[in-house]
Amino acid sequence: MEIFQQLTFLERGIAAGLLIGFISPLIGAFLLVRRMTIISEGLSHVTLTGITAGVLMMQTSAVFAFINPLYTGLLAALAGSLLIEKLRQVYKHFQELAIPIILSAGVGLSAVMISIAETGYTEWYAYLFGSILTVTLSDLLFIFLTGVLSMLIIGFFYKELLSISFDQEFASTSGISVRKINFLFSLLIALVISMSMKVVGILLVGALITLPVAAAILFAKSFRHVLLLGIIFGEAAVLGGIVSSYYLNVATGGMIVVTGIIILIGAAAVKKLLPEGFFSKEETA
Amino acid sequence: MKNSAAPYVLEVKNVSFSYGKQMVLEDINMQVRKGSFLGLVGPNGSGKSTFMKLLLGLLKADKGNIELFGSPVQSFRDWSRIGFVSQKANSFNSGFPATVFEVVAMGLYGKVGLFRFLKKEHKKKIKEAIGQVGMEQYMHKNIGRLSGGQQQRVFIARALVSEPELLILDEPTVGVDADSVRNFYDMLKELNDKKNITLILVTHDIGAMSEYVTDVACLNKCLHFHGNKNDFEVNREEMMTAMYGHNVNVIEHNHSHDHHDHSHDHDDLGGVRS
Ligand SMILES: Nc1ncnc2c1ncn2[C@@H]1O[C@H](COP(=O)(O)OP(=O)(O)O)[C@@H](O)[C@H]1O
Ligand SMILES: [Mg+2]
Repeated sequence: MEIFQQLTFLERGIAAGLLIGFISPLIGAFLLVRRMTIISEGLSHVTLTGITAGVLMMQTSAVFAFINPLYTGLLAALAGSLLIEKLRQVYKHFQELAIPIILSAGVGLSAVMISIAETGYTEWYAYLFGSILTVTLSDLLFIFLTGVLSMLIIGFFYKELLSISFDQEFASTSGISVRKINFLFSLLIALVISMSMKVVGILLVGALITLPVAAAILFAKSFRHVLLLGIIFGEAAVLGGIVSSYYLNVATGGMIVVTGIIILIGAAAVKKLLPEGFFSKEETA
Repeated sequence: MKNSAAPYVLEVKNVSFSYGKQMVLEDINMQVRKGSFLGLVGPNGSGKSTFMKLLLGLLKADKGNIELFGSPVQSFRDWSRIGFVSQKANSFNSGFPATVFEVVAMGLYGKVGLFRFLKKEHKKKIKEAIGQVGMEQYMHKNIGRLSGGQQQRVFIARALVSEPELLILDEPTVGVDADSVRNFYDMLKELNDKKNITLILVTHDIGAMSEYVTDVACLNKCLHFHGNKNDFEVNREEMMTAMYGHNVNVIEHNHSHDHHDHSHDHDDLGGVRS
């Protein structure tokens, strides 16, 4: 990965941010229509558990000294994602229970391990709120790999993911293997959550997944529109956040989310001001 | 009997099913020949939807065998030969950002296969199916913005787009007004006559259906009757008493079609265009 080595730390951060700004709304759109956006909150906290476990392993064993904790974070996110799927089946009539169970388990375990690990506050701060200035070469490589893998999954299984999100029963009778596609979807969520960890941080990951599509759905007629507008809003939030945090000298992760909120409010205002049906061709009575 | 030499598209042998301890279907035997139009009737809670789910492999029978086009349902893979409109098709998330085109396209996804994209010929088929149910002017409209009857047409188009040989409809006319129901049944009859699509129409309302179908099956946990429509008419009172406990004297449908104004544009389900 020659090209990554030539980048300055700021360029690395921007590259990572743009990748995340592109992919988060894609997965966000599917979570939105499945009414599952809250899953990103639960999983981000489980990812923290994986990251703290990774940091601990680095400190205690020479074998793991060179492992980037983002990889252990990804493994934890995948385990959490599958566990949530399982819990949703166990509590069929109380599906939302899965999230607080996983979330509290994740936070509890993380707190215990953080108290054991001898790591300074600033490193945890980077994971909690994100910091593009600390995106290392190895982090960028992780983000690039998980990003490419997510895009391949979405690209190849777009039809199946959409059909299952709309009507699981019909998808099954049209010959789609619901179980396999749902597993891929769990993997996809885990990939996207763990890739965003370094840039926006655990506490803010949900924002990039949710805010752009929340703004997009205000105008979208088709699923395609949600994806396109979501990507535009996602990238705008990332770029706006990076630039403004640079000039204001404040935390980037936070500024990306604040920009996302401003975009959402702006979108809602535009929607309110424009006449009904402005974006569709037909006349309104 | 019509098509008495036609091959079976569906064979059900000694099938039983229960949810936990509650027996819902008991020892069902049934055969459906290609080209027939079967009306499956039974009161609410009689197990009709459950039976359809077994046929579609969504649930697994406790006992017995089900064969679709000659192969056991467990190993059947050719799902594009079967179209399905579920009883709760209309209960989707009405805020879902999908156009009519996108929804109907979902009917082709299984046929197109993994790792493949929709090609020009697929898009043409999608447009044709939308035309078939008379919804072309709504092609790029959001599905959530349509009326219940229009949504139902879209779901029929989604089931038709893969050009199935067998179409299963579970109570498709619930909540649709009586005139529209007739238009809708006319459309089904045309699909059956002109395209030779085998139809299984599930309903708890035996009235309007009975003049369109070729065969009737009466289900209430057990299959009380299965045969052609004429035999059914002969045994009708007996059947109704056995199934419903009393003779639900179904509203006689001998009023003719001529007072019915087909040119009127209802918000309805009717009208095949080909
Ligand atoms: N998922 C389920 N779990 C448990 N019982 C069910 C379930 N679905 C249906 N039943 C029961 O099975 C019986 C048959 O239901 P169903 O097949 O939906 O009947 P119908 O479609 O004829 O109205 C009913 O008594 C119903 O309460
Ligand atoms: Mg039913």
